[in-house]
Amino acid sequence: MALLEVNNLNVQFATPDGVVTAVNGISFALERGQTLGIVGESGSGKSQAVLAVMGLLAGNGNASGQALFDGQDLLSLPASALNQIRGNRVAMIFQDPMTSLNPYLTVERQMTEVLELHKGLTYNQARLRAVQALDAVKIPEAAKRLSRYPHEFSGGMRQRVMIAMALLCEPDVLIADEPTTALDVTVQAQIIALLRDLQRDHGTAIVMITHDLGVVAGLCDEVLVLYGGRVMEQGSAEAIFYQPTHPYTVGLLGAVPRIEQGDHALVAIPGAPPNMARLPLGCPFSERCTLVEPRCFNTRPALVPVDAQSEVLRACHKSALEVRRYAQELKL
Amino acid sequence: MSALEPLLSIRDLKVYFSIASDSPWPWAAAGLLKAVDGVSFDIFPGETLGIVGESGCGKSTLARAMLNLIPATSGSIVWQGQEMCGAIAPAWQAIRKNVQMIFQDPLASLNPRMTVGQIIAEPLRTHFPQMSKHDVMNKVRAMMVKVGLTEQQINRYPHEFSGGQCQRIGIARALVLEPKLIICDEPVSALDVSIQAQIINLLMELQAQMGLALVFIAHDLAVVKHISQRVMVMYLGRSMELASKEAIYRNPCHPYTQALLSAIPLPDPRLERHKTLQLLPGDLPSPMNPPTGCSFRTRCPKAIASCAVQRPELRALSADTQVACDLLG
Repeated sequence: MALLEVNNLNVQFATPDGVVTAVNGISFALERGQTLGIVGESGSGKSQAVLAVMGLLAGNGNASGQALFDGQDLLSLPASALNQIRGNRVAMIFQDPMTSLNPYLTVERQMTEVLELHKGLTYNQARLRAVQALDAVKIPEAAKRLSRYPHEFSGGMRQRVMIAMALLCEPDVLIADEPTTALDVTVQAQIIALLRDLQRDHGTAIVMITHDLGVVAGLCDEVLVLYGGRVMEQGSAEAIFYQPTHPYTVGLLGAVPRIEQGDHALVAIPGAPPNMARLPLGCPFSERCTLVEPRCFNTRPALVPVDAQSEVLRACHKSALEVRRYAQELKL
Repeated sequence: MSALEPLLSIRDLKVYFSIASDSPWPWAAAGLLKAVDGVSFDIFPGETLGIVGESGCGKSTLARAMLNLIPATSGSIVWQGQEMCGAIAPAWQAIRKNVQMIFQDPLASLNPRMTVGQIIAEPLRTHFPQMSKHDVMNKVRAMMVKVGLTEQQINRYPHEFSGGQCQRIGIARALVLEPKLIICDEPVSALDVSIQAQIINLLMELQAQMGLALVFIAHDLAVVKHISQRVMVMYLGRSMELASKEAIYRNPCHPYTQALLSAIPLPDPRLERHKTLQLLPGDLPSPMNPPTGCSFRTRCPKAIASCAVQRPELRALSADTQVACDLLG
């Protein structure tokens, strides 16, 4: 059985404008040591999906479906039982290290608290572990810096403190919500190398949420492409990057500026991301799709395997062959 | 004017900020933050110069100093033969007809209490107060269509638009004066990939149509590659390498440029997983207290003892490459 198995996850928010469905029917399975990438633009529901799994949705949010971690359904567990698991066996790295560390507490207090609570260590033991954890993420003079406040660290350092904190209890699953988006490329490269090492040493399974296809290419085994809260395409990284079968995936790949190739013009996706409160009746991508046809506006395509042998899932009315031909025209 | 004469020529530009000292004694000397520390370059008509660097390298300060939005401490800014450094405000106002700016945060740079029409008309009303209302509105409408907005949106407010559309409004506002040079300060870094591509394509189209020169500032070397003819790499307020696009991407010379290029994750699993990563150790040093000699030496894989002694100046290595590194020859 998979370590983390999410089945038909739905997230809905009650807003003054009515019920907004942020995530609609996501399913995935994650094995030990594997990395899943969740890709999508802002507002595609990628963060809400993992927040729901962690039981961290805002007050007006409601999650349904199943999120089985080691056989337990995280969505139906009471808060007390959930607290035994999150931060301990399932940990999360948040996007913005400035707002997710407590500015009133020293890094030491925030790190030792985790260990005292989950592992029952004494303060001195916890402190020692915290220093080791900061060393592991290559923070220089860790022992000295432990007693500092978050604002005394630079952005990259703060993100590393967050990672160290998430890894304190050696979690089985690490959920990283855009861990490098706020960082410079050179720091991003350091953080990604770090995640790769940690995965190799501890066999941690990682859920990586990002909009950067480069990060996905370097780190992820499986990729899930989200648009308008729905899965557009889901499969191995190789398949998604080299044989995309959904027009949105093709569009994303064409829109990324690349340094490794000559100057092909960027292929922009026309239009803007959809308003989640007023999603189109049919395929959520229909308004921006170049290959659109009348039925795309009326009926929603189901998420089905590309063909009988394939493990790649796609939600599109067009045949995979047509989409691939379109991708070839764009020289992808 | 011949194409060989630069539009804007910047020599040894320095922008320093004095920062209140941390010391408990009120008489302690104020610290000096050297945000831009001796940068020189030219911009020619119709070309795009990309400026890249990590956060805190002084690229935004440089952009603002080029328009006197932040006064330069010393150096020279020559606009079409006219020395602007230390010039009085009316002289700056006169050249801003020809030099406009596009800002990073599309929503924050638009006044929330003005309609799109008012926002785009404002530069016209400032620089051409004698222009009739009718002409102003005609120009605004034409410009809105040009940047991909519709005329019907003219009475809407910025909050009614998405990020990409707000950036189009910012571009329309900059272009309505038909300037010769536009300084784009990270115009796409706040946008999603698909929208980012729209804006880059729009800028390139408008540049070709109107013969604009662009200064394109970004922290993303891949974005800069698409739009620029020449690229300048900055680190801690200094320029490390200034070269043609072909040279800098095919054959980066400065160790910092090499590290920056190798750090970009490639959207291609086979390439990305097998490339040799050149990781820079440590963090950016504080610009309050930069290293002696070469500012990059504390993180440079090739640094030797002499790097700490003398600060390397930008010098020509070949016809289209200038580097600030004494180890290269």
